[in-house]
Order: sequence, then C-alpha cells, then structure tokens
Amino acid sequence: MAEFWQLSPNASTYGADIDRMFYAIVILTGVVFVVVEVLLLWFLIRYRGREGRRAVHTHGNMRMEILWTAATAIIVVVIGVGSRGLWLEIKSPDRFPEPGISLDVTAKQFEWNVTYPGADGVLGSPDDFTARNRFNVPVGTPVHVTLRAEDVIHSFFLPELRFKQDVVPGMEIPAWFEVTTAGEYVVGCAELCGLGHYRMMGTMTALDAADWEAWYTAESVAAAQAAGTLNVASVDNEGSVR
Amino acid sequence: MLNLTRNTRTLAVLFTCTALAACGGGDEAADAGADDTGADAQPQVVADAGSITGSIDFTGTPPTPEPIDMSAEPDCAAKHDGTPTQRAVVVNNGKLANVFVRISQGVQGGGGAPSGSAAVDQDGCVYDPHVVGVQTGQEVEFQNSDGLLHNIKASPANNRPFNISQPTTMTSRQTFNSPEVMIPVVCDVHGWMNMYIGVVDHPYFDTSGQDGSFTIANVAPGTYTVETWHEVYGVQSQQVTVEPNGTAELTFAYDAGMAATAVVPLGDPIDPHGVHASPGAGVSHPAAHATAAGSR
Amino acid sequence: MSVDAQAQEAHAGAGAGHHEEIPWLRRYVFSSDHKVIGIQFLFMSLFFLVVGGLLAMAMRWQIAWPSSQEMPLPGGGMLPDVMVTDGIMLPEFYNALVTMHGTIMVFFAIMPLLVAVWANYLIPLQIGAEDMAFPRLNMASFWLAAPAGILMLASFWVVGGAANAGWTAYAPLSVSEVYSGVKLGQQLWCLSLIILGFSSLMGAVNYITTVINMRAPGLTWFRLPLSVWGLTVTSVLVLLAVPVLAGGLIMMFFDITIGTSFFQPEGGGQPLLWQHLFWFFGHPEVYILILPAMGFVSDVIANGARKPVFGYHAMVWAIVAIGFIGWVVWGHHMFMSGMTPVLGGFFMVSTLIIAVPSAIKTFNWLGTLWGGNIRFHTPMLWALGFVSLFVIGGLSGIFLAAAPVDIPLHDTYFVVAHIHYVLVGGSLFGIFSAITFWFPKMFGRMMNEGLGKLHFALTFIFFNATFFPMHMLGSGGMMRRLYDPTQYPHLQPQQDTNVFITVCALLLFASQLILVVNFFWSLFRGKRAPENPWQANSLEWSAPSPPPHGNWGGRLPAVHRGPYEYSHPERESDYWLQTDPTGAAPAPAPTTSGG
Repeated sequence: MAEFWQLSPNASTYGADIDRMFYAIVILTGVVFVVVEVLLLWFLIRYRGREGRRAVHTHGNMRMEILWTAATAIIVVVIGVGSRGLWLEIKSPDRFPEPGISLDVTAKQFEWNVTYPGADGVLGSPDDFTARNRFNVPVGTPVHVTLRAEDVIHSFFLPELRFKQDVVPGMEIPAWFEVTTAGEYVVGCAELCGLGHYRMMGTMTALDAADWEAWYTAESVAAAQAAGTLNVASVDNEGSVR
Repeated sequence: MLNLTRNTRTLAVLFTCTALAACGGGDEAADAGADDTGADAQPQVVADAGSITGSIDFTGTPPTPEPIDMSAEPDCAAKHDGTPTQRAVVVNNGKLANVFVRISQGVQGGGGAPSGSAAVDQDGCVYDPHVVGVQTGQEVEFQNSDGLLHNIKASPANNRPFNISQPTTMTSRQTFNSPEVMIPVVCDVHGWMNMYIGVVDHPYFDTSGQDGSFTIANVAPGTYTVETWHEVYGVQSQQVTVEPNGTAELTFAYDAGMAATAVVPLGDPIDPHGVHASPGAGVSHPAAHATAAGSR
Repeated sequence: MSVDAQAQEAHAGAGAGHHEEIPWLRRYVFSSDHKVIGIQFLFMSLFFLVVGGLLAMAMRWQIAWPSSQEMPLPGGGMLPDVMVTDGIMLPEFYNALVTMHGTIMVFFAIMPLLVAVWANYLIPLQIGAEDMAFPRLNMASFWLAAPAGILMLASFWVVGGAANAGWTAYAPLSVSEVYSGVKLGQQLWCLSLIILGFSSLMGAVNYITTVINMRAPGLTWFRLPLSVWGLTVTSVLVLLAVPVLAGGLIMMFFDITIGTSFFQPEGGGQPLLWQHLFWFFGHPEVYILILPAMGFVSDVIANGARKPVFGYHAMVWAIVAIGFIGWVVWGHHMFMSGMTPVLGGFFMVSTLIIAVPSAIKTFNWLGTLWGGNIRFHTPMLWALGFVSLFVIGGLSGIFLAAAPVDIPLHDTYFVVAHIHYVLVGGSLFGIFSAITFWFPKMFGRMMNEGLGKLHFALTFIFFNATFFPMHMLGSGGMMRRLYDPTQYPHLQPQQDTNVFITVCALLLFASQLILVVNFFWSLFRGKRAPENPWQANSLEWSAPSPPPHGNWGGRLPAVHRGPYEYSHPERESDYWLQTDPTGAAPAPAPTTSGG
C-alpha cells in the first residue's frame, strides 16, 4: 500500500501552501477524529448495560452545547478565512503573477494540445507551434495557460503541481502555475469525457533555464521557417522569451 | 370531512410553492430499420465474364507527406522506421495509391454476395489499409494489433454511425447496410489516425495498390461507368465496355493541381472536430487532418 | 379528532374495522395503506440496492484486473458484445456501469430506502394517524417509482447502451451522441428520473401534509420523534429541490431529442448551467440522503442508551439549519468548474458553516451515550456504526470544502471515499439500523440477533477496508471514473491497493447475503414479536405488531409526553410510552400546539 494518506511530492510554488493547508487539516481533523472515536468507545465500555444500573436522566446541558457549537464554529471560520486568500491567489485572474510565458491548452477527445506563441511571443500568429500530449515548460517562471475545449468538459490535472482546472467548451479559462523542480510530470484528465477518458494523459517536462532556452529557440525557428515568417532579428530579440 | 378540506388546502399551498413544468415526451430516435441485403445469397457465376484493369497515373509534384508526432505513444513509434507520415497522398513512380475504384452505373441486379470479410488492422497507430471497400452486409473486421486503446469512430451519412473502443489487443466486427462512398473513420485517441471505407451494393470495386493498379474481376459483358475517389484529388469517372471473356483497360489521370479544386464527396459533417480541423466537413480536404501533428 | 378519524376512514375507502373484506389485489398490490406502500418501497429499493451493488462489483473487477484475459469478468461471457467483447469489458460499458451504479444507488436505492420506505411506514405510526393524508396519491407515488426503475434498467439493453456520462450527467457529453455514443439510453435516463421526480413530489406533499395536520391529540411539534423531524425537513427539501432537477432534466431531454441548446455551446448554450441546476438539486439531495438517517439513529441511540436524546431542541434546530444552509452550498461541487473564483470563496465559507450543525448532532449523540445503560442490540450497533463512520465522512468533507485543498483532491478517489463514507457509512448504516429496529413492527416477527450482529461486524470491517484506502488513492492523485488506472505511471504503484479494495468490496457484497438470509428467514420463521420488543416510547410501539389497517383499531392514541422519557427517576421501569396516561408528565413545555 502507498504511503499513508500522503500527497505526491509537490513541484509548484503554490503547491507548498496547499500542502501545508492539507496537513494542517489532517492534524485538525485527526485530533477531532481521535477525540470523538475515543469518547465513543469509552462511553460504550464505561456505560455498557448492566443489571440493576440505571441511566442518568438528563435532557441536555446548555453550557456544553454552546461550548462545542462555538468551538466548531471558530474552527471552521479559521479554516475558511485561511483558505480564502490562498484560493483567490491561485484562481483569481486579477491576482495572477506576471507571466513568463503564455500558452494555449486545447482539449479534445482524447488529447491535450498545447500551443506555444513561437518567435514573436504572440499567440494566434502564424508562427505558433503546437505539441500533442507531450510538452515542455520552463522551471521558475509563472506559466499562464488559457484552457479551451473543443467538444466536452475535460479537466486539466497536474497532480504533482497541485493544479486542476476544468476545461469547458465555449469558455476560455485562465490559469497559472510555476514549476519549482525540473522533471517529468503527469498530465491527466480528471473529468469523465468519454470512452478514452482513462487514457487522456500526457507528460509535461519542466526544463531548467538553459535547456528551455535551447529547446524553445530551436522549435520557434523551425516553426517560423514552416510558417515562412522567419526573420533573423525577431529570433534574436524575442525568440528568447525569458 | 373537516380534515380532508384542510389537507387539500395544504396540498394546494404546497403545489403553488412548487411550480413544475409539464413535460412533453418526444419521439424516441427511431432505430433506422436495417434492411438486410441478402448477405447469404450465393455468389453469381457470370458466363463469359470479363474484367476491368487499369492504373491511376499521377503527374506533378506530390506534397511532402506530413510527419506524425507519435512521441506520446512510444510503442507505436517504435513500429515505424524513421518518422511515420500521413497516408493521404501516396505516389510511387507516378502512380497514385489508395484510390477507391468502383462501377457506379451499369451493374444489373445485386451482383453477388460478399465473400469473407474485409480486414482493417490498427498497427503502429495507423490504419492498414488506409482505404478499403466492402459490400453491403459484408463484415469489416477491425483488428487492434497495438494492444493499447483505439476507438473506431465511423461517421457515415446513410448508415448507422458507430464509435467502438478496443482497450487492448482484440477484434471487433461491424457491417454497413447501405451503399455509401465514402465513410470517414477516425480514432479520437490518436488524432492522426484516419481511414475511409467505401460501401457498395455489388462486388465490383477495388482500391489502387502501391503501384497504382486496380482490378475488377468477374464482370458480366456490358457497358459500365467506372468512378474513382481519392480523398485529396476527388472524383473521376469513365465509360468502359467489357467484351465477353475480355479485359478492358482503363487509365485515370490525376495531377497535383487538382487538389485546389477537387470535390471530395463524403458523408455528412458528423464529426464536430471537423469545424476545427479534422475530417468530414462535408466537402473537405482531409489533408488538413493533422490538427496538431508534427511541428515539434 | 374523532371527526378526523372518520373522515380518514371514509377517505381510505374501507373502514379499519372490516379490513378483511379488501380484495387481495387491493390489499397487497394496489394498496393505499401506508404500511403496505412502505413495504412495497422496501422490497423495490432493496432489489435496486442489490443491482447497484452488482454494478459496483463489475466496476471493481475491471479496476483491479483491467482488461485482463487471465482474470475475465465472471459472467462477462453472458453479456452482449457491445458490453464485453472477447472477455474484455469495453470502456464505454465501464462508463455506463459508473453512471448506472451512481444513479441507481442514489435515486432507486438510498433515496427510497430513506424517504419513501420510512416516511410512509413511520410517519402515520409515529404521529398517531390512521393513514396518510392522501392515500391514493401515496399509491400513485409507488406505481410511478416502479416503472421508473424498470425504464432505468431497460436502458442497458437499448441501442448504444445505458447512459454513460456519469450520474452527474455533465453536458455536453451527456447530450451529444457523437461524444458519448449514447442517445436513447440518456433519453431513458432523463425520462426515468423525471417520472421518479413526480413520485417523490407526491410523496413529499403527502408526508408534509400528514405531519402538519394529522398529529394525535397532545402530540406537539416538540414531542415528535427525531425520525419524524428528519423525514419532514427532508420532505420539504424534496419538494423544493426535485422540481429544479426535473426542469434541468426536461431541458436535457430537449437538447438530446429536439436539438435545443440549453447546455451546448454551439447553439449558444452553457454547459455550466446544467451543473448549477444539477447541484442546486444535488446538494440538498445529499442532505435528503442523510437527515432521515440522523433521525432514525437518534431514536435508536436513545433507546439503546436508555436515555433521553441529549439536547433534543438543538437536534431539531440542527436538522432545520441543515435544511436551510443546504441551499447555499451547491457551488462547492463546482470549485474546479471554471465558475468565478469569488463565488468559490463564498461557497467555501457556507460549506464550512454547515459543518457546525453536523458537529452539534455528533456531540449530542455522544452526550446521549454518556451516563447511559447501553444495550447493544443490532439496531444499536448500526446506529453506533453510523456515528463513528459519519464522523469520518464529515471530517473528510472539510478537506474538500477548503477550496485550495480541493484542487488536488477534486474528482479523485478522495471524493469517492468521502461520498461512500456519507452514503454507505452514514445513510446505509442508518437504513440498516432502521430495518432491524422496525422489522418486528413491520412483519410481526423478530430478526435473528446473532445473524444481525454478524452482518454488522462483517459489513463494518469490509466497509472500512474497502473505502478507507480510497482516501490514499485520492490524495495520491487517482482520478475518478478511470477504466484502467494502470495506464498512468503515477498510479501503477497503487495498483496493489486497488486489488485489495476490490477483494474487500467483493467480501462486503458477499456479507450482505447474511442480511438477505436473515431478512427472509425471519419473515417466515422469526420469533413472534411483541408489541414493544425494544421497550421504546414512541407511538408506533403502542400499536400491535404488525399494526392492522387503520393502525389503532379506530381509537386514536392520546399523547402525554415526548418520545424520549427513558429512565425517568420517578418511575420503576426505564421507559415510558408516550401514550401512557399514568403519572405526572414532566415533559418539556410545548412551544407550539398542533394537531
């Protein structure tokens, strides 16, 4: 069996905050769980039925009830307030960090197509190039993605990056992540999208600065050549996106 | 009765709280009656039968075959020497392969029953053959030799569409009951995979081979119209007369320039991906299949 | 009230005194007697519970031994090629299993087992009425539910197979044959649920009206057993939530059938609209599926502990509070949907707030046990199992409610674990508690205690062994509804866990055989049940076992106190029937006078 109740190793900036919160809730709920179950077991043993004994006749205890209601309320409010800031930081577009690179991710049954802006650094121009299911991103740079779906709802899921966002046809959903460690990461689909849902997977490779630079420049030049927009100056000035 | 009235009043109040739209029942999708085309009739033995042979010539420079990026499917990529390419236009020594050739007019009667089944293999994440003809009622056997998920999505206009999956090495069988030229078939798991099936209600059809040649055998003497279909260069037709026990020769000429103006009849645009790039947008140039292939 | 009683009898078509004359068909099949209808629902929903369980077994088999020639699905050879080809289950059939397991369990097993069975059976008995307010509407409710179930099962055999877009039926997958390969199956799914919706509405109207108008003399609102409170608030939720679902279903049916575009972007529709409609129904539905169980468990725990329910008023207000707050939390199912994050922040807070009444209930159950003289009869074991497992389900909900933590956990097996802890560990354990508690009243015979305890022990063990490891699968990143998890490299190390879970799930399913045996054996061979086998207080225990048509032999019971006066210091015996006229009643002051 896998490690007890653990998330996979984290590889993104905000992932560390999510994990901290996760483990805080593990501890909090763990304590409540143990207290409740121990009390339950203790009561069951202590007050097991015996001949000649009589149960205490009581309809309740207002002070106790107020106490545990208030305690629960305070705990959930703390969790709520603590979560809200992090939530908005991750998901709210007006709080996104400045992008290092912006990508388009288009989902269809059953593949992830990732479009890079190419040499001119602008998406939607002829020198864009697209990768299917296997794609690269730079380490240490905020990556903005715009998620689109061609057919049904998919969900772009990067478990190690603590990234998940549904991809809805008819919507363009902005999201971001920043990878902290170079390596290969799983890309999955987390929303049932049809018979190939279980195999709508990909691999994201995070490259460190030098590798990324080399790979991205080479791809940009190739794409620009194919599109017939190759221009030496533009490669020099903008081809290196970072 | 006091209580009854009170209950009824409560009921009225509760129902007003709950505005519920009435629902209309629509007609269920009628299962298109599959009329059996006498698949078990015996093959016709034609006296004095002749045959039609010929080849498909191609002039001009064929487009460079589009490379397929199979990096996400290493098992498939390993089955190919070098970079696999799309098979839309295959030209060898001036001869065009993968052209579907059939008699379109002049066949008398049913023309005999299908013999055996047509086989389509999925091997190395490509369809083999790329274009195949079958007779109505004849079985098409789709074999999955890759051992990984393929789905076979056929989008015909006159037949029942199907979308079957093969999660591992296995064989699935399908039949088509109405003539239709051509039916596009795609795999959604591997966006580059596509093929075409021609369904004809007689046995007089063939697909041009790698050398561009074709043969239609066992044809009763008479005059026929022979039609060709290619997914990029469109349709041509010629009249031909078959003498008793004779062999009629036919040559069709395609050239590279035809791609721009070709009309390629297909089933209705059922595949919604067609809007963006992929096959089947009514009259289309399936050369544009490669949504995202290559580039890397 | 005697006027009421006569009216009731006249309305029911036959007087209580001469029930022998009712012909067999009207007595057992097309009956308008609330008890018969409740028992009809019981048999129907237990049947669907088995069907839903079988579907789950097929799914688990595929997950543990995906597309395996060595371990083919037992019985798979009997299924048509469109489901299982050459011994290999097809992914589209797996998706249909996922969909139908969820749909059947939620709508045709748990929901009727909780609401239709016990609201019908218990409400008139626990409030001292002779029948429901609208007995014929009640009969119609069952005779709509049964064909709805048949329609749903039939959809497996139509062209394209059963619906396969998940029990949540997210559009556009669900409304498009091109994407899902299913058309007729999804249409039948919609129709079946629309019909079932009407059935639920007829029931809800009936239950609410009955509780408001037909309580026995002296039975004030705050003398009602918590079962009745749970069922009543649930009925209000049904009444308000089901029409929303029905509306959404009709829109979906139109999208599939006549080409409207409510949920399809190509025609200007919005896929998220379906999610909002579905979850606006769906989250109250979650409470529909737990509130009655909370009520039964409260009754059983008070009975087992021989103590009044701790904080009865707080329990009532907690139920009511859940009924209210339950309306403003639906968005927590949609944190990842692309809905604006600001809205997500709101739903996160409202969802966390709903944890408060749930916690109150848990602590009050503990308070009820404290100082008790606990009898461990089978229903009590189920109720205690409910408390201990509901705690886990509730606490795992906090992970999912905290939106940032939901990012890695959403749509993973963590959610599967959570929902099963709530719906099986919670609702189903509550249902088993209720079945074993009221079986003597329903059928006039006791269930076998030994078999009952064995059934509980095995179910408790295998339930936890099946579902607890799913938390780990989920936090390890295993998505829901995966036909073959071994395809993902990060899930391959967890495959052993999946095999373990499947084995435990099979054992869990097999353990239910004990219940089937016990149920039917006791039905015919069980010890005759006395009127009040558990020495309980509420009104149904003053009626004969089983109660005759009309329940009370023409004399409505009078109520003198609340239902939980166990171990009263002024009395020798440790229980005190609500109908017992002896002794001064130090009952809590009634706040509302009804009846």
